[in-house]
Amino acid sequence: MPAISVHHVVKRYGPITAVDGLDFDVPEGTCVGLLGPNGAGKSTTMRMLTGQTVADEGEIEVLGLPMPAESKAARAQMGVVPQLDNLDIALTVEQTLSVFAYLYRVSRRERKDAIDRVLQIGNLAERRDSRVDKLSGGMRRRLLIARALVHTPRLMLLDEPTVGLDPQVRQELWGLIGGLRAQGTSILMSTHYIEEAERLADTVLIMSHGKAVAAGKPSDLVRDLVGAQVTEVYGPQEELVEVEAQVKAQGYRTRRTGTSIAILGTESSNGELPEGATRVASLEDVFVLLTGEEVE
Amino acid sequence: MLRMERSGLMGVLVREVINFGTFWRASTFSAIVQPIVYLLAFGFGFGSLVDKVGGVRYIEFVAIGTVATAILFSSVFSGIFGTLLKWKYQRTYDALLAAPVSVSEIVTAESAWIGVRSGIYGCAPLIVGFFFGLDPTPGMLLVPAIGILTGFGFAAAGMMIAAIVENFDNTSYVQSLIITPMFLLAGTFFPIDQLPEWARVASQANPLYHCVELVRHASFGFETVDLWHTAALLIFAVVMWCLANWRLTGRLID
Repeated sequence: MPAISVHHVVKRYGPITAVDGLDFDVPEGTCVGLLGPNGAGKSTTMRMLTGQTVADEGEIEVLGLPMPAESKAARAQMGVVPQLDNLDIALTVEQTLSVFAYLYRVSRRERKDAIDRVLQIGNLAERRDSRVDKLSGGMRRRLLIARALVHTPRLMLLDEPTVGLDPQVRQELWGLIGGLRAQGTSILMSTHYIEEAERLADTVLIMSHGKAVAAGKPSDLVRDLVGAQVTEVYGPQEELVEVEAQVKAQGYRTRRTGTSIAILGTESSNGELPEGATRVASLEDVFVLLTGEEVE
Repeated sequence: MLRMERSGLMGVLVREVINFGTFWRASTFSAIVQPIVYLLAFGFGFGSLVDKVGGVRYIEFVAIGTVATAILFSSVFSGIFGTLLKWKYQRTYDALLAAPVSVSEIVTAESAWIGVRSGIYGCAPLIVGFFFGLDPTPGMLLVPAIGILTGFGFAAAGMMIAAIVENFDNTSYVQSLIITPMFLLAGTFFPIDQLPEWARVASQANPLYHCVELVRHASFGFETVDLWHTAALLIFAVVMWCLANWRLTGRLID
């Protein structure tokens, strides 16, 4: 049984279709990255998985429970890390965790141990008596993750878990999320950071305009959709337009990267391409090829 | 959506109680001092012009009225502002609804907690009244219960209002058009039998009037009509709870 099963799901807001016939599964014990540009429907999908948004069409099951009918039972077994901080700023770290231990039905005799455990996981033991509004951005993110883990959930939903954080804090959180993954917690993580998806996800689902446009292991997606190698050609805009037309005529696919043209799948070229810098193809190439969006 | 569980109610209640620990001083100061200022101002101001109202000294009459005022202010405004803060600014409801908690559990637990606070705050003017000659009576022991019931209804009303107005600016309309007339036409500072017929009829639809009458009769002797006053407050609480659930569900679940 998959941890999450989403079939033919549609969500409309008036004339806007935020999610348009979405299908995917999150197998138990795996980490799936929901990758897409802003407005792709990732957050709407996340909200549907907690029952806070109700799909207009399609079926969703979380941990075998139909949504939204059994959303409370499902939410009792999952932890959610929101994109936007929703901590009670006047509470201390320990009070925050205590409140959520109650909310997640952690029994009285297990509550103290549960709080101590997640304080260790979130590296917040030293700050247990600090008020939330005295914490740094990174600490608040770690507290959000610790809060979601207080009841040892089977499934974690991480909505843009590292958005807006500096690189050091991001690395630190990746370590934390990687640890959860290693322990066998099922994870669905939305992100628009390619590197985050590449590092943490077993499989990636790329969304664009509410639809899934590709799904698979990052390495398979790169190999199947882009190839092994990419050649980047730099030069004035007029020259790049010419290069683009020339290589397209030769059957290559390209993508613009702002200052260059990236020619995809150049590993089998026989010297017929313009001179450029070659590099290994990446998930970013897949993402931009499929969504047409620049990445952050 | 209306199915409620003890764990959800307790979880929300625990959050409210722990949070209240961070702002209880300011909240309690305001909830107690404001009605006492009304009591002293009206009691001594009008009290020098009016000797007795309905057979009791005017300051005693006003002491009872300010009990209801304390209950109203400490419940409806907590409902409105607390809900807007948790919904729009702190996104607390997003956090709660990602946990195994339903909107009806949020509305019920928060209204109940505000109701309890209001029941306690409502006793302050009564106690102050004792120092000005208001005689304690056994019936006054029921005042906290009347306050809790009334406070629950007004807290739920506040939550519903917050879900309708959506921001702090729009609450001025509610305060001017609904709350102020309600509190002036409830028999708090002057008896409503001096008012025109339409105002007396309208007061029957004013839950604060029923609260004032119940508190007054609890202090000076219950009457048969108090069954109606109690029923009116119960109906008000149930209707406001249903409306708060409905409006807030519409806002929080899309």
